[in-house]
Amino acid sequence: MKKSKQASKARDHLEILQTRVVVERDHVSSISSSDFPFHTSNRYPDHDLVERLRNKIIIAIEKKSQYDMEFDIIGVDASIANALRRIMIAEVPTMAIEKVFIYDNTSIVQDEVLAHRLGLIPIKADPDEFDFKQSTEHPTDQNTIVFKLKQECKRNPKASADEAEYINHNVYSAALIWEPKGDQAERFKDSPIRPVHDDILIAQMRPGQKIELEAHCEKGCGKEHAKWSPAATASYRLMPDIILKEEITGDLADKFASCFAPGVVEVENKTVDGESKKVAKVVNPRLDTVSREVLRHKEFEDKVQLTRIRDHFIFRVESTGILESEKIVFDSLQILSSKCTMLLKALDIKLKEKEETETSQNNENAMELDT
Amino acid sequence: MLGKKTVTFADDVRSDTSEEAFENLKKTNYAGKKLTDPVKEVEDKWQLLPAFLKVKGLVKQHIDSYNYFVETELKKIVRTNEMITSDVDPSFWLKYLDIRVGPPDRPDTDHEAHVNVFTPHECRLRDLTYSGNICVDIEYVRGKKRVVRKNTIIGKMPIMLRSSKCVLTDKSEAELAKMFECPLDPGGYFIIKGTEKVILIQEQLSKNRIIVEGDKKGLVQAYVTSSTHERKSKTYIVAKNDAKNDKITLKHNSISEEIPIVIVMKAMGIQSDKEISQLISGGNQIFLNMFSPNIEQCAKMKIFTQKQALDYIGSKVKVTRKIANVRRPMAEEALEVLSTVVLAHVPVKDLNFQPKCIYIAIMIRRVLMALANENLVDDRDYVGNKRLELAGSLLSLLFEDLFKKFNFDLKMNIDKLLKKPNRATEFDAHKQLMQHGDSITNGFVRAIATGNWTLKRFKMERAGITHVLSRLSYIAALGTMTRITSQYEKTRKVSGPRALQLCPADTPEGEACGLVKNLALMTHITTDDEEQPLRRLAFNLGIEDVNSLTGAELYRKNAYMVFLNGLMLGITCQPNNFVHDFRRLRRCGRISEFVSIYVNHHHNAVHIASDGGRVCRPLIIVENRIPKVTTKHIQKLKKDEMTFADFLAQGLVEYLDVNEENDSNIAIYEREIVNETTHLEIEPFTILGAVAGLIPYPHHNQSPRNTYQCAMGKQAIGAIAYNQLRRIDTLLYLMVYPQQPMVKTKTIELVGYDKLPAGQNAIVAVMSYSGYDIEDALVLNKASVDRGFGRCQVMRKHVALMKRYANGTYDRIGDPPAQVDCPTGPSADRFNILDSDGIAGVGERVMPGQVIVNRHTPTNLSANIPVNMPIVNAPVIQFTWKHSPLTYKAPEPGYIDKVCVTTTEQEQTLIKILIRQTRIPELGDKFSSRHGQKGVCGIIVPQEDMPFADSGICPDIIMNPHGFPSRMTVGKMIELLAGKAGVLKGELQYGTAFGGSKVEDMSKILIKHGYSYSGKDYVTSGITGEPLSAYIFFGPVYYQKLKHMVVDKMHARARGPRAVLTRQPTEGRSRDGGLRLGEMERDCLVGYGASMLLMERLMISSDQFDVHVCEQCGLLGYKGWCQNCKSSKFMVTMQMPYAAKLLFQELQSMNIAPRLILEEF
Repeated sequence: MKKSKQASKARDHLEILQTRVVVERDHVSSISSSDFPFHTSNRYPDHDLVERLRNKIIIAIEKKSQYDMEFDIIGVDASIANALRRIMIAEVPTMAIEKVFIYDNTSIVQDEVLAHRLGLIPIKADPDEFDFKQSTEHPTDQNTIVFKLKQECKRNPKASADEAEYINHNVYSAALIWEPKGDQAERFKDSPIRPVHDDILIAQMRPGQKIELEAHCEKGCGKEHAKWSPAATASYRLMPDIILKEEITGDLADKFASCFAPGVVEVENKTVDGESKKVAKVVNPRLDTVSREVLRHKEFEDKVQLTRIRDHFIFRVESTGILESEKIVFDSLQILSSKCTMLLKALDIKLKEKEETETSQNNENAMELDT
Repeated sequence: MLGKKTVTFADDVRSDTSEEAFENLKKTNYAGKKLTDPVKEVEDKWQLLPAFLKVKGLVKQHIDSYNYFVETELKKIVRTNEMITSDVDPSFWLKYLDIRVGPPDRPDTDHEAHVNVFTPHECRLRDLTYSGNICVDIEYVRGKKRVVRKNTIIGKMPIMLRSSKCVLTDKSEAELAKMFECPLDPGGYFIIKGTEKVILIQEQLSKNRIIVEGDKKGLVQAYVTSSTHERKSKTYIVAKNDAKNDKITLKHNSISEEIPIVIVMKAMGIQSDKEISQLISGGNQIFLNMFSPNIEQCAKMKIFTQKQALDYIGSKVKVTRKIANVRRPMAEEALEVLSTVVLAHVPVKDLNFQPKCIYIAIMIRRVLMALANENLVDDRDYVGNKRLELAGSLLSLLFEDLFKKFNFDLKMNIDKLLKKPNRATEFDAHKQLMQHGDSITNGFVRAIATGNWTLKRFKMERAGITHVLSRLSYIAALGTMTRITSQYEKTRKVSGPRALQLCPADTPEGEACGLVKNLALMTHITTDDEEQPLRRLAFNLGIEDVNSLTGAELYRKNAYMVFLNGLMLGITCQPNNFVHDFRRLRRCGRISEFVSIYVNHHHNAVHIASDGGRVCRPLIIVENRIPKVTTKHIQKLKKDEMTFADFLAQGLVEYLDVNEENDSNIAIYEREIVNETTHLEIEPFTILGAVAGLIPYPHHNQSPRNTYQCAMGKQAIGAIAYNQLRRIDTLLYLMVYPQQPMVKTKTIELVGYDKLPAGQNAIVAVMSYSGYDIEDALVLNKASVDRGFGRCQVMRKHVALMKRYANGTYDRIGDPPAQVDCPTGPSADRFNILDSDGIAGVGERVMPGQVIVNRHTPTNLSANIPVNMPIVNAPVIQFTWKHSPLTYKAPEPGYIDKVCVTTTEQEQTLIKILIRQTRIPELGDKFSSRHGQKGVCGIIVPQEDMPFADSGICPDIIMNPHGFPSRMTVGKMIELLAGKAGVLKGELQYGTAFGGSKVEDMSKILIKHGYSYSGKDYVTSGITGEPLSAYIFFGPVYYQKLKHMVVDKMHARARGPRAVLTRQPTEGRSRDGGLRLGEMERDCLVGYGASMLLMERLMISSDQFDVHVCEQCGLLGYKGWCQNCKSSKFMVTMQMPYAAKLLFQELQSMNIAPRLILEEF
């Protein structure tokens, strides 16, 4: 009896090591999976594993607005989740201002700084409609979007006390006017190209100062310059799992609840033997911020174990507004799969080459034998 | 949070402290007093500080000193030198009635033409001197009449910015903006020929005070540096404490040997041995025994009378008199020396030597005391024995000298003219006065421009008095303004600053460590004050006059000698009452608040000081355990109903200098007040200066780290001044997006660093990453860099002056040459960026080697071409011109930022071109936090590779944790914690020294927002996607970008220019020089035996040269011919370094024949 209890404890422990990242007081243990997901050592891998994996992978969208979404991916390895994250940041192409032709700039913002600021303004344009422009290529309507900015600051002679003294002294991104080239006007008549936000302050001027420039947008990726990154934030965290080893009751329960973010633990009134007592209950571990506050308190020692589920990734993708969050995810998945197919193709070719050399070697050997 | 506290008062604040903390406080005992005792804390007494700075400003010492000089001292100097008489015509005289300095005045134009004010900024741009006219009113004899002339200009005086004469004083921010001046600029410097110059604060030993010093050999001497307007001299009383010679002597520069002290006393009229011994010992048997050998020696020398003594001294006096004068009797000579040269600051009126005798007696007694007790020697490093000389006193020395010289020249000139028998016009001295205008102007300009103070009168020869005001950053400018240099030799090692008036952290490392200091935040430096009223007051308070004293009274029990500025006034028997009364008078404003008084019980003396150059600081007065400043006062202060001056006037606050401070009992906090407490500190963080005040939590750091930060804060790139984009400086570093620090200090707010910051709040992860972060290297996030982190601009000035030459020719700017002249080739686009006026256009991109000003210089600079040729019908003189363009030489391209075309004082056209580079952080650029933790960028990592926290935040900088254990910069960790809490809560936190936001509170905020109390976060690796097994210390730290950037330093060369003389590769990056294989490297190769490598490095790759040597005579010859042997028979060729060949020839030219003996190799 005792033995089996110990054995089950050990099994629990093993289970935790295999499926959980353990958040301890001073470090995180069991951080990497010893094997691929769903595989545990007491079961031998079966042949339809890949098929089974495919069926077990869950993608669930938790929250979604146009430019901000949270979704879960359950059942993949960290490497795959991370690849997705990395692609979202660095490899999903967008359009951004790359070349600025300054005709006149008498504002105090220097030309380079102005150009840099312009570059960081998100431009609402569908990157799929454009080609990458090689440095040797000339700009065409297929690879370049042209914006014009022309603004001059003047004194407002009729300004009342609560009005601004100047006219046009703030240059906002709205001042960037799209100038369609070629068939662009036709192509984008449903969704005209413009800066995502109209209220990004580019420069401030005073009467007599003037900015006139032409800006060319090009297609690019976040890995080249951060301005092309479509994601403001693209990251994931692991699903927290709070394991209560003992029931926490009474005033301790309140304290326990206060150690977590609001909504994670709730204190319930439970009636046991006619006596009502407060009991802490983990309600929504997703909300936990992993502040490890519980682990600081002596009272909860050995009563609670903080873990995170190793193959449950909570993704958060916040867009800069150029692409919808969903599209960022889809695009990056596509890029990921095309990378995989490319890798497979490359492997095939390599394998073929190897086979060929081996066969030719064998042939040669055979030829030698012949002679 | 603190911001809120400023509007609450003592009681409410106490109520919101937690019960727990309150219980703890109950237990603590401070000097027998429980904290729960009803003591009303004065909340926000630090508010006095901004009030102080409002009246005093950060550099008020300089400005006060200058104002005092211009308004008071100047008049005094003129008054003492007011008469000019002629040796030729006894009826002629000229008298200065008054002197004043006018407002700043443009040098080159008539006053009607320009109506706009002459601003400092115009001086900076046009390379002018910011100065005003020195006007005098004179009265003199013309013919037989007495003439008064007013407002005669005798020269120009450089004007200190923001002084009473400056146009910027008392101007509003809007008015300053119109003059292109930054409201945060502290002023206190001069503009000389367009460069901003600061007269550094000079540290010296105090004048007119007795200093006793001893050395290891047992020699004890007391000396006084006497300083009066007429004379500066140093008098020693020396006691050689060895068996052979234990006599006390007097040593002085004007006397050729040391004089036994008793003879001096006798010469000064105290002939009785009894009287002498009484004056010195005052009945004390020990001192009498020690001194008696001197009396015996004197008797042995058979000198008994004053006459004998004077004769003896007279024979030793160095005669420096001009030969023309009649030689006077030796005794007379001695009498004069004794009365006016020896101890010159002790006045001898009508040959009354009594005060001087007593003075010498006191000096002797001090020597005897030091002999008896080694501890009684004075500490020369003690700040109380020091005086700080400021711009005002240095300028007054200079002006006195220049004015005397001016008057002397004037007199010579007048004499010369008066000597002439027949004059066409009536002699008018006014004309002569006008002609000498430049000597004073030039004297000032030269002295301030070079920093060499050469005063022949005092044999003063000092270099490095002025520094260029460093405009590297705002803090650097403040730093130069508060810097103190000392006048000693560099060999004397002293420890760091040791007074509360000097910043304990801000001193350079290395050679000048401890010799160069900085003022603390609240330090004030006194200016001279009238002595006469103080003397009268002292006598009124009941002291006995020196002149009526003998030795017996002088050293009576309980008798305290009273000194005023080192001069003895008399004695008092109730020193404590005297001091108390005196202080009370000071507190109620009867005498200047800067007069200090203190008791020295070792010497039984009361010292009153009113001299200039003492450092002092304000403190709150405490009486009967109650601070005089109460919450009520502070409330009034906040409502602007009271100013700092009111606090002084009402006797709530007073200034204490270092000596008086050591005579007081100062409580740091109100809870520490005990019965003996006399004063309360305004705020403990005022011990730090403006530069050290930027460091958050400096009291948690290892002290050298704060010192390092003080050095580095001055190199940080940031905003310099509000007018930074209007300035054309030789080198200007600006940050594109500076931020004010998340964790600031009160000092930061007081000095305005939050308005002109130099750095950015970087999110820092303290972890090791990639191996490119060893040795303090930093890992930078590429996305952060892309978005503008650490981006800075470097602007460099390029100047072209269009000279006019003596022969009437002048430089001109040419058109860009027509395309035909140089159609292709490497130099084809050299002239591309020139506008039609021959100057590069604003906004153009400049490539290295391109011309920015297309200047032409006349080929003929000597031939005389008629200058005053009427322009209309001038014959066509063909000037020929040659190109002398100004080219851009930096290795990196830049952009033309500004072009300024103006004229100098000499009406020459001056073209200044500012070229800008925008620099993005790259590998090797130097960064530093505010805790002396510098590091270079080791690698720039793409964002996706950076670790990220649960919230998705990537760090901007990854710092290696190995930087912490040995540096012990706990302050940085607390800064991170406070910064993180501040970010989460949405407010700025304070890291003020000895206070600031508490770690506990910060942790509570972190917990509240769902973070770990420790500031360590759960972080996921961006490379593997798995969590890191350690929690990472993660949060914002203020990082500064330092001016050292790789692009300015990197250098390599394969082949390149060589020096003309030696034909060896040139030296240094600026000349594209080679990398030297030095002596030590050579030694290694010699030791290793790599002879061929040595040969290659030292000769083949350097200055190999083929020489022709005659085997017969061993001398160098020509190709196939030996001029020495007149033969071609034995000539051979060989290789040697050109430098060796040069050496041989140089030796030959000095008649040494180096002969080469050749062997087959």
